[in-house]
Amino acid sequence: MAKLTFRTDLCKGCGLCVDFCPKGVLVLAKDKINKKGHHPVEAAYPEKCIACAFCATMCPDCIITVEK
Amino acid sequence: MVVFEKPKALADVSMHYCPGCTHGIVHRLVAEVLDELGIEGKTVGVAPVGCSVMAYNYFNCDMVEAAHGRAPAVATGLKRAMPDRVIFTYQGDGDLASIGTAETVHAAARNENITIIFINNAIYGMTGGQMAPTSLPGQVTQTSPYGRDTSHCGFPVKVCEMLSQLDGPEYLERVAVNNVKNVKNAKKAIKKAFENQLAGKGFSLVEVVSSCPTNWGMTPKKALEWIDEKMIPYYPLGVYKDRTAAKEQGGE
Ligand SMILES: Cc1ncc(C[n+]2csc(CCOP(=O)(O)OP(=O)(O)O)c2C)c(N)n1
Ligand code: SF4
Ligand code: SF4
Ligand code: SF4
Repeated sequence: MAKLTFRTDLCKGCGLCVDFCPKGVLVLAKDKINKKGHHPVEAAYPEKCIACAFCATMCPDCIITVEK
Repeated sequence: MVVFEKPKALADVSMHYCPGCTHGIVHRLVAEVLDELGIEGKTVGVAPVGCSVMAYNYFNCDMVEAAHGRAPAVATGLKRAMPDRVIFTYQGDGDLASIGTAETVHAAARNENITIIFINNAIYGMTGGQMAPTSLPGQVTQTSPYGRDTSHCGFPVKVCEMLSQLDGPEYLERVAVNNVKNVKNAKKAIKKAFENQLAGKGFSLVEVVSSCPTNWGMTPKKALEWIDEKMIPYYPLGVYKDRTAAKEQGGE
């Protein structure tokens, strides 16, 4: 199964990973604020992840590690 | 199995770039190439003046800071003094195509054996969004509030097209980083630009069409769409010069 890990504290909440995920796995956590003051990324539906790494490819800040 | 992780040559720190700024993607691609070619230990990067002025904090190889626009001259000196090292510059369009045009053109004409990563985001990012030589006709910036008027601001500088007129350079390619496919192509071009230097082939420049969501006044997503809608039609992607490929095809 695909496994996602995030460097949550460094996420800038730009949302590009959310936009480029073909499976709608990711969301910006509107109820959380990280150290940098942004709503960080979070996997809302991790079971749908196909480990394509589109999210990580488009993330400007290397927040996401994808394993399978 | 790891499908994707931060490359080792990229420092484990927070970069100062704005949310969604594609400078971060290009930094990562350069770091991935340093990892894949196993050259981090013998590479020296040259940082510019511009938003990427602090690039020296983000790569784990040695880094030097150049005065505004002078990175190709500094890189020339480094490479000639230490030919066994891999030397690259990382420069914005205000840096490379405005104040540093002379250094760029002559390093290319001399076919210096260096690698240049050139970020074309059509604006001066660091100083607050002034018109750059690469700003599109009609583009609204802080210094062209009614849109770039070519009747008194002239026309954009197309760096790959311009340098391709010289006999000097080995390799010129324009890529973009606004979607997954383009990012993958950008990586290939950047890798080739480093491999050319390792093979002693000479001046290799990759122009990366990039976004500046902050000074374009757009969301990160809209900025990537604007690259497709406005930037790429004016700055077509592709290989503008590849002397080795041309020779192999019996050209030249
Ligand atoms: C000699 C000199 N002139 C002008 C400046 C002011 N200056 C700083 S950055 C910059 C332009 C940066 O634009 P660009 O190279 O496009 O990089 P970006 O910030 O968009 O990444 C200018 C004009 C300077 N630092 N030094
Ligand atoms: S790896 Fe692919 S499917 Fe999984 S979260 Fe990232 S983009 Fe979505
Ligand atoms: S693309 Fe990266 S920085 Fe932007 S929201 Fe996603 S994980 Fe955070
Ligand atoms: S001002 Fe523009 S180029 Fe500079 S970091 Fe912000 S988005 Fe990137």
